[in-house]
Amino acid sequence: MNVAVPLAAPSPKDYASDQEVRWCPGCGDYAILKAVERTLAEVRAVPEKTVFVSGIGCAARFPYYLATYGFHGIHGRAPAIATGIKLANPDLDVWVVCGDGDGLSIGGNHLLHALRRNVDLQILLFNNEIYGLTKGQYSPTSRRGTRSPSTPMGSLESPVSAAAFALGSGARFVARSVDTLQQHLPAVLKRAYANRGASFVEIFQNCIVYNDGVFGAFTERSVAADAQIHVEHGAPLIFGRERDKGLRLKPGALELEVVPLGEGGMTEADVLVHDEANRALAAMLAALEPPTHPVALGVLYCDPAPSYDRQVAERVADAVTRAAEGGAQGDLNALLRGGHTWRVED
Amino acid sequence: MELSGALESAHSARQELESAVVRFAGDSGDGMQLTGGRFTLAAALAGNDLATFPDFPAEIRAPAGTTFGVSAYQINFGARVIKTAGDMVDLLIAMNPAALKVNLDDVRSGGLVIVDAGAFTDRNLRKAGYDEDPRDDGSLSGYRFVEIDMSQRTLDAVKDSGLSKKEALRCKNMWALGLTYWLFDRDRQTTVDWLDQKFRSRPEVAAGNIAALNAGHAFGETTEMSGASSAFIVRPAEIAPGLYRNVTGTDALAWGLVAGAALAELKLVFCSYPITPASGILHALAGLKDYGVTTFQAEDEIAAVCAAIGASYAGAIGITSSSGPGMSLKTEGIDLAIATELPLVVVNSQRAGPSTGMPTKTEQADLYQAVFGRHGDSALVVLAARSPADCYEAAIASVRLATKFMTPVILLSDNYIANASEPWNLPDANALPRFPVEFHKNPDGFHPFARDEATLARPWAIPGTPGLEHRIGGLERDADSGNISSDPENHQRMTELRAAKIAGIANDIPEQTVELGADRGSLVVVGWGSTYGPISRAVSTLLNEGVAVSHVHLRHIWPLPRNLGELLGRFDRVLVPEMNAGQLLTLLRSEYLVPAEGLSKVSGKPFMIAEIEAAIRARLES
Repeated sequence: MNVAVPLAAPSPKDYASDQEVRWCPGCGDYAILKAVERTLAEVRAVPEKTVFVSGIGCAARFPYYLATYGFHGIHGRAPAIATGIKLANPDLDVWVVCGDGDGLSIGGNHLLHALRRNVDLQILLFNNEIYGLTKGQYSPTSRRGTRSPSTPMGSLESPVSAAAFALGSGARFVARSVDTLQQHLPAVLKRAYANRGASFVEIFQNCIVYNDGVFGAFTERSVAADAQIHVEHGAPLIFGRERDKGLRLKPGALELEVVPLGEGGMTEADVLVHDEANRALAAMLAALEPPTHPVALGVLYCDPAPSYDRQVAERVADAVTRAAEGGAQGDLNALLRGGHTWRVED
Repeated sequence: MELSGALESAHSARQELESAVVRFAGDSGDGMQLTGGRFTLAAALAGNDLATFPDFPAEIRAPAGTTFGVSAYQINFGARVIKTAGDMVDLLIAMNPAALKVNLDDVRSGGLVIVDAGAFTDRNLRKAGYDEDPRDDGSLSGYRFVEIDMSQRTLDAVKDSGLSKKEALRCKNMWALGLTYWLFDRDRQTTVDWLDQKFRSRPEVAAGNIAALNAGHAFGETTEMSGASSAFIVRPAEIAPGLYRNVTGTDALAWGLVAGAALAELKLVFCSYPITPASGILHALAGLKDYGVTTFQAEDEIAAVCAAIGASYAGAIGITSSSGPGMSLKTEGIDLAIATELPLVVVNSQRAGPSTGMPTKTEQADLYQAVFGRHGDSALVVLAARSPADCYEAAIASVRLATKFMTPVILLSDNYIANASEPWNLPDANALPRFPVEFHKNPDGFHPFARDEATLARPWAIPGTPGLEHRIGGLERDADSGNISSDPENHQRMTELRAAKIAGIANDIPEQTVELGADRGSLVVVGWGSTYGPISRAVSTLLNEGVAVSHVHLRHIWPLPRNLGELLGRFDRVLVPEMNAGQLLTLLRSEYLVPAEGLSKVSGKPFMIAEIEAAIRARLES
C-alpha cells in the first residue's frame, strides 16, 4: 500500500493510496481529493512527513485515500488530535480534514481553539451544508428553512458562517474555494500550506445526494463569474464576466457595495484594493452573499503569527538547554530530591 | 475559662505519646495548610514517622467565619510506623468558632482543644451557627479545653514590626504553630529559615511572622497554661535508614510520569484540563520543562485525551488526567486509543460523585467506570496507587505497560492520595530497570496491525518514518492487512485479539502477594488504592493481638493478577473494604465466584482504622 515517491517531480498520483475511493459517484470530495493530490505534488510534500487527520463524516474518509500517514479520528476531534501530533513533533506537516457538522457542530470547540492557538495545521473544512453520512439531516451551516429528515417543516436555525467563525476565533489565515475550481483550489491550498500557523480553508463542496446544487447560485457555470469574486492581495476587488464590477466601501456606511465600473464615472480607482492583513475587510468579505453580492473566494485574510506548537517546542528546548548548561539536565534523582530532605541514619 | 494552673515546661514532665494526631483548623484564608505543612516537616526532622491529610472546602475563599469556609490540616505522627492520617484527633487548634464547630466531633474524648478566644465574638459565633457560646453551654466538658486570645497576643508580639493590623493578624497562624511546637518540643529554626526565605522581598513580614512564632512558643514555655494540658513528647520512630522527603501523591505521580517517560526514552506530552483534584499534576509537570516535559492545557477533557492520543501517535507518550466527570468525557477518546492500539496513560484522581458531587472529598467509586465504562468490548489496563509515595511507582508501571502493550492504561488515584503526604525513602531513580521503546522502522512486510507473538502488541510506527506511511482510525480493521474492514468474522477475531492482548498482561505483571498475615486462613481483607493505610494498620494491630487475619492489596485492577483467584480461594472469608458501594467486591465475585463481603464507606472521608478493625472482629466473631 505504500508508494515510493521519486525525488524529482512527483506527480499527483504518487500521493494516492491503493484504497478504493468510496464516495458517492459525482461527490465533490473527488474533486477536492484531486486538488489536494495536485497540491501535494506541487509543493513536493514528503509523504512520510505528511499526516492527514480527520474526524467523522464523508469528508473524514479522506486520509484513507492518500499515500501519506493518516489518522481517521472521532467526530469533531481532529483538530485536537492534530494539536497533539504537532506538540509531539512540530516538524510534521499536518492537515486536518473536517466537514461542516464535524468542524462546526460537534467539534466547534476544538476548531475554535486550534485556530486561536494558531497551531501549525492546514484545516480544510468541506462545507456541504448537510449531514451526508448520517443520511441528510440539516447541519449548522444549513440555511434557515432547510427541509431534512430531522426538520420536515424546515429548519428554524440561523446558519453559522465558517469563515466568519474562523475570523472570530482569531485565525490568522482564512481562505475559501470551491470543490470544482481546479485551478483556484490548489492555489489556495498552496497558500495554506505555506503559512506556518493555523490555515483555515472553507471549501464549498457539493453533496450530490442530499443537497445537490445548494451552492448553484454562485457555482453554476452560467452565473459563477458574476457571483464570485476571487480576491488577491494588492489587487483591486473586481469581478464579473466582463470584469465590470467592483467592491467599494459604501459612502456613509460600514459595508461593501457592488459598483458598476465604467458607469457614472466609476473607475478602478474607486474600487477597494484587497489587503490580506486587514481583518475588518476580511470580515466584510466573508459576509458577502448572493444575490446582492458575490461570494468572496481566495485568501480573505492572512496575517501570520508564530505558531503555538513551535513556541511550545522552543520553550521546552530553551529550558532543556539551560538545564544542560547547569549540568543536571534529566537528572531524575535531582528531581526527587529537589525539596527539603533529611537523612535517617542506621 | 482563662488559663489556670501552671504549665509544666520541664522536659522530664512531658507526657510521652507513642503517636499523636494534630489538626489545625481555621478559615480558608487563615493559612492552615501552610501551618500544617511546617509542622509536618518539623515532625519529620524530629524523626517521627507520619501521614498527613488536608481537608479544605470547595470554595476558594468562602465568607470568613462560616462553617463551609473551614480549612483543616491533619497530621498523625509517631514513634512507630504511621499508616494513616489518624482516626481521632488528639489536639485540635481551632482559629475561630466555625473551625471548632466543624471539627469538634473528630476530637477524641478527653482530647485537647485550643481555640483563639479573640475570634469568639458574637458575630463569629452567629456566623458559625452557634445559638449559644459553646464555651458556656457545657458542650466542651468532654475535652481538655484551653482558650487563648491568640489574635491579641499576635498583635502584641508583632507591634514593632511595622505591619498593619490586618497584616499583623495574618501572623496568628505562626503564633499557633509556635505554641504547638512548644507543646511537642519541636525545633523552630527550620521554620524561621523558611520564613526568612519566603518573605525575603518583605523582611518586615518575615520578622512579624517570626515574632509571632516565637511568641507562641514563649507563651507555652513561660506562661501559665492549664495543668490539664501538659506538654508532650513523641520520640523518633524506628525508620529505615535513607534519604527522605515528604511527598504528596500529586507530586509523586507527576515525577513518576517523568521517570516513566525517561525509562521508555520517550518525550512526555501531558494534555489536561483543569479539574479538582487532578489539576495539581498539570501544575507540577508544567514546571518541569527542563526535563523535556511538554504540557498542554486543552480546551476541554475531550481535547485533552485526543491531543494525548495524537501525541502518542506521533511518537511521544501521551498522558492525560482528570477526575470522575472529566473521565466520562474522555471515554470516547479512550475507546479510540483502544481501537487504534496506541499507548496512552489516563490518570483519574477520584472524588466523591456522581456528577460534580463533592469535588474536594475522596471516594474510590470509579472502578466500574475504569474497568467497564466504555462502549463496545473494550478492555484496557487499570492500576491503582495505594499511597502518596506509591504514586511514583504506579505511574512508572503505567507508562511501561502502555508502551509495551500498545494500550491505554487508567491509573486510579484519589483525592486523599493526591493531597495527603507521607515521608518517602527516596529511591535511586537511576537504578530502575529501563524499558526503551523501539519504534518500528522496517518497511518489509510492514502492516500496522501485525502483532508481536508474545505480547500481541502491534508495531508502533510513527509519522516521519520513510516507507511506513499507513492509515489508522476508529473503523474496524482487517486483522491481517490493517485496512478498514466490516467483515463479520474479522470483527469477531479482532475483538478476541484485543481482549487476549489485555488478558495476557496478567502474565507480565507480578503475582499477587500477601501484605500481612498468613497466605491461607479464615479471613483475608482485600483492598485497593488509598484504603491501604487503614487496612494495613487494622490488620497489623489484630495480628499483634493474635487474631488470624490477612491483608491483600491490589495494584492491578485489570487484568487481575493471575494467581489472585487461587489465593482468595485459600481463605474461608473475603472482606473488601472500599470507599464505594462495593465495586471491587462485584469484580471479585464475578471473576472468582468467591463469597466476598463488602465494607462500604462513602462519606467523602477515608476509612478509620477502628472501622476496619471492628468489621474484621465482627466477621471473625460471627
